[in-house]
Amino acid sequence: MSSATSPSGSSPDVPGVPDVPDVPDAPVGTCPPGTSGVEMKAAAPSPGSPGARPGRPPSAKTALPARPACLAYPAYLAGRLGGALVSLFAVLVTSFFLFRIIPGDPVKAMTHGMPTSAEQLAALRRQFGLDLPLWRQFADYCAGALTGDLGMSYQFRAPVGELIAQKLPATLLLTGVAVVLYSALGLWLGTRSAWRHGRLGDRLNTGVALTLWSVPSFWLGLLLIITFSVGIGPMPGMFPTGGMESGGTAGLAYVLDVAHHMVLPVLTLVAVGYAQTLLVMRSSLLDEMGGDYLTTARAKGLRDDDVRRRHAVPNALLPTVTMVFINLGHVAAGSILVETVFSWPGLGGLFYQALSVPDLPLVQGLFVVFAGAMILMNLLADLLYPLLDPRVGR
Amino acid sequence: MTRPMNPPNPPNPPKATWQTDSPGPRKSTRSLQRARRRASVARFWRRYRTHRAGVAGLAGLTLLAVLALAAPWLVGDDVQSVTRAPGRALEPPSGAFPLGTDQFGRSLLGLLVWGSRISLTVGLLAAALSVAIGTLVGVVAGHYRGWISTAVMRITDWFLVMPTLVLAIVLATVLSRSVWTVILAIGVTTWPTTARLVRAQTIAVESRPYIERAKALGGGHRHLMTRHVLPQVMPLVLAQTTLGISAAILTEATLAFLGLGDPTVVSWGGMLQDAREAGAVSSGHWWYLAPPGIAVALVALAFTLCGRAVESVLNPRLGVSR
Repeated sequence: MSSATSPSGSSPDVPGVPDVPDVPDAPVGTCPPGTSGVEMKAAAPSPGSPGARPGRPPSAKTALPARPACLAYPAYLAGRLGGALVSLFAVLVTSFFLFRIIPGDPVKAMTHGMPTSAEQLAALRRQFGLDLPLWRQFADYCAGALTGDLGMSYQFRAPVGELIAQKLPATLLLTGVAVVLYSALGLWLGTRSAWRHGRLGDRLNTGVALTLWSVPSFWLGLLLIITFSVGIGPMPGMFPTGGMESGGTAGLAYVLDVAHHMVLPVLTLVAVGYAQTLLVMRSSLLDEMGGDYLTTARAKGLRDDDVRRRHAVPNALLPTVTMVFINLGHVAAGSILVETVFSWPGLGGLFYQALSVPDLPLVQGLFVVFAGAMILMNLLADLLYPLLDPRVGR
Repeated sequence: MTRPMNPPNPPNPPKATWQTDSPGPRKSTRSLQRARRRASVARFWRRYRTHRAGVAGLAGLTLLAVLALAAPWLVGDDVQSVTRAPGRALEPPSGAFPLGTDQFGRSLLGLLVWGSRISLTVGLLAAALSVAIGTLVGVVAGHYRGWISTAVMRITDWFLVMPTLVLAIVLATVLSRSVWTVILAIGVTTWPTTARLVRAQTIAVESRPYIERAKALGGGHRHLMTRHVLPQVMPLVLAQTTLGISAAILTEATLAFLGLGDPTVVSWGGMLQDAREAGAVSSGHWWYLAPPGIAVALVALAFTLCGRAVESVLNPRLGVSR
């Protein structure tokens, strides 16, 4: 941070002129420098704090004296859980009504414009429950969704839940691996960047990350296919153009085959995704680097590496952990394009297929699943956060 | 260097300057205001200039804007016409067609230049819509306390949880295919981030003494929000808009690539979709595929660089990120 002070006192400033105050906080809760988690944890077992019994996990130790510490976390948990349930219900309501404002008759779309008699249309309507009044449809839909029944797909004539369950493992595999990889890469590069900020390496890292962040993922995927699967000039194709397996293999060969198919899609997801983690980690570590406790750590004679690893990084990790969880929530939805481009047999590809018809129950079901994954991961992040940072959720 | 106004420096938090009236010779309020505004723009530019990446981004954007505005004279508006295409199908780059031709024989360079118009339009309008909604919601949620704030923030949180791209895709599917649908779909799904930022800023601004003074003098809710809070929030909103545009351009390309854009309009995402349908991937026609993607990436990068520079000029707490 710059240490330039302004000529104070001689500034004839008047309200109404847009000057900039200190912005309190970005939505990702950055910690104010100076009061770090480490200090709080160290200060927690002071004789004044009521719930500071030794041997307990450092959960809500530093609760307000007004409320017993043993109740703070359950109350917080209940609040978050309630919020998540409300969100989930809101998703159900939206997904139901969003697809009812669609212009055109879904039954007509189902028959693809083929000549159909009025009786046949009526029979189809009855089969999919489209002849009932709207409130009955909604009630049935909610009841079905709660029991895991998301309706019948128009296109595949199969239960939506079954279709989703079939495709889910492929998506989880692909994006799970990608998220783990790019979170690790982003954390590592972000730490390096921030620790030596302003140097060439930092500028290079940030520049490359920002550039890749601006690249559309589907385009990068297509280019990778051209370069490494089809091959340019003398270079032969090294990787398959799409799909998840070549078939006809078992055991270890099968695993290797799937891994071979995964290289390009994972590469695409990592390239486009790691920038965000890098930037968040970098800025939160930069926030910590002004902290007095780092000076103390150095004064104690710790090596630079230890100062970074034991003191600065654990504190800077807090906002980044939230970020990683939000990314995990995107696991289901984030790969729509990459799965489409690489014809990966997962939820994203299914979503694209459902869109082109449009197959309303399927789109609707996938929408609920995608949003539900987000809500679940946000909930998990909320629940974990007070365990990592005792100041939250008191 | 003499700074006429309170410079936004971190070690020197904004002072309660409402009490100092300018001691200089009397001028009319308006000319005073104009002078201040000019000075603050000049100060902004002085600090912006020091961010090299930001200047590069701005230069790129200026060039692109000129190109997009001059497109009718540069390439002519029959560049989109399939029937009057000048070349043969899928020609590789040559002297006549520097980037080759598409499957209808249209010049890809011409299409690329023409496509910049739609990408920029959608990006700017969608970001403007998103930021407008976000600012309105944020200021209202920050100004009114109690149940209004709770309800509004509940809705915001819920939108924040929604997977943005999925919601935009669903909206674009449900509504009819047009450029306006795309703008609407992007605008109504991306505002919550702005709303949260603006709300935090509004709360910070409203805790300052001059707001209390305005209240004591009889300022109503509307007066407070529009004359006192909004001008203070504006710089933040500006930075947010710049960053939002690059996201909007990327989303537009994505929607067009999925076939959810207006099929009658040439856009970069649409060109990529055409390329994929024409089999450019399997036959290795990289010259068809590469330019639109590079164009999207460059424009999005330019806006991101500008946005980051603006952000770090206006919010020095971010300080070192140059």
